[in-house]
Amino acid sequence: MDFLRPTTWDEALAAMAEHPDAVPIQGGTDVMVELNFDMRRPAVLLDLGRITELTGSETADGRLRIGAGVSYTRVIEDLGDRLPGLAQAARTVGSPQIRNRGSVGGNLGAASPAGDSHPPLLAGDAVIEVESVRGIRMIPATDFYVGVKRNRLEPGELIRAFWMAPATGPQYFSKIGTRNAMVIAVCSFAVALHPEERRVGTGIGSAAPTPRRASAAEEFLRRELDWDGPLDEAVAREFGELVRKAAAPIDDVRGTAGYRRHALAVMARRTLAWAWNDYRAGKPGRGVA
Amino acid sequence: MRVSFIVNGAEQTVDEVWEGESLLYVLRERMGLPGSKNACEQGECGSCTVYLDGTPVCACLVAAGQADGREVRTVEGLADGDRLDPIQEAFVEAGAVQCGFCTPGLLVQAHDLIERRPEPSDAEIREALAGNLCRCTGYEKILEAVRLAAARRAAAP
Ligand SMILES: Cc1cc2nc3c(=O)[nH]c(=O)nc-3n(C[C@H](O)[C@H](O)[C@H](O)COP(=O)(O)OP(=O)(O)OC[C@H]3O[C@@H](n4cnc5c(N)ncnc54)[C@H](O)[C@@H]3O)c2cc1C
Ligand code: FES
Ligand code: FES
Repeated sequence: MDFLRPTTWDEALAAMAEHPDAVPIQGGTDVMVELNFDMRRPAVLLDLGRITELTGSETADGRLRIGAGVSYTRVIEDLGDRLPGLAQAARTVGSPQIRNRGSVGGNLGAASPAGDSHPPLLAGDAVIEVESVRGIRMIPATDFYVGVKRNRLEPGELIRAFWMAPATGPQYFSKIGTRNAMVIAVCSFAVALHPEERRVGTGIGSAAPTPRRASAAEEFLRRELDWDGPLDEAVAREFGELVRKAAAPIDDVRGTAGYRRHALAVMARRTLAWAWNDYRAGKPGRGVA
Repeated sequence: MRVSFIVNGAEQTVDEVWEGESLLYVLRERMGLPGSKNACEQGECGSCTVYLDGTPVCACLVAAGQADGREVRTVEGLADGDRLDPIQEAFVEAGAVQCGFCTPGLLVQAHDLIERRPEPSDAEIREALAGNLCRCTGYEKILEAVRLAAARRAAAP
């Protein structure tokens, strides 16, 4: 096995071009488990931990560009005010030690349907910036996930950053698990209000082969929501039903498909109500996870 | 491969490290620092918690090569010579140690909590220790030890 330690982004891209089968490692919270348990024996490990570009974030054209290596702890502490939905999701990841190392880029790299970043990235219209020596590609989160633990990355490509607009309205993330820490989601749901466009974004986790939006539910709200009044209960209920229908869960050790569908309908209805209350009260809405 | 880093304040170089090896393995098996425990090797138990550049992490999930050039502090580095760190003293006094397997990781994690939040609430203590499992104590004495250490620190001039 080779262990490569590039210190700049360009060096990392060159290394990926030379060793397209190299396994990048950022926080290592997915990769090291696979190595420790002999589930993976890559010929080359490519350490991204020294590339300072990956742990920074900046604002460009009114949007945030957040380095792939930014840890969950940093998301919570530095970005929580602008990306409240993602920060709520980050708070539910593993434990403090895991959040200190684990990154959103690593979550995207692993592309597990249960990854907690994905629902808020979908609800918040995130765009993933990937790069290789061939150039840069900007991939909307909606198109990024292609199958169970498979994403759009092509050989030699690395995730550089994700782009997201700072929240313009309340955002919520909700996750079902057996305890408050260290749980892989049974299922999860994120909602983001985009009041300037009179639109609501959604993201479903752990209830389909990939994270996905509930597009019909979003369309329904675009037609039915009265942005100047209280939330109509029938509208909220129908929203929950449409989110339920958008899921395609399976039975597994963590829960049954039926339970997941039911829980999604409930989470969708509740998170929408929380967000709506904040919106009506003129609060940015950070809420609780 | 060779890994050079600072461990508990001293420069160290270790040779013939396998590239897929964890920092935990290097500490325990190559450097004779068995304080950090190996219980799960998958980030679930926290018994391998060490400081990496001042941040608590699971040493089992850090590739050895990622620690190169960095600074690691293990449970062995908490005491000042023969003088235990206040968090260690509090664990002893509160009876927070039974078999002791979870203790090194809990000490590092609790040490960090008190550094960052000198007067943590119970909810904050629970949250901070959520990634450290203990099979013996039922956690009550551990919470007590952290409260004790925090209270003493707050009372100190
Ligand atoms: C105890 C424990 C609890 C956990 N709990 C949760 C949880 O609650 N929720 C959750 O979502 N996840 C959880 N995880 C999984 C893991 O922590 C996350 O997926 C995390 O986001 C991975 O980030 P990382 O930086 O550690 O990734 P790494 O392990 O370094 O990498 C993960 C994958 O992404 C690839 N990769 C990393 N960076 C890049 C890049 N820049 N470009 C291209 N590919 C890249 C790697 O090759 C690898 O395939 C948990 C893991 C553990 C061990
Ligand atoms: S041995 Fe590292 S967390 Fe359990
Ligand atoms: S004292 Fe035995 S595991 Fe905690």
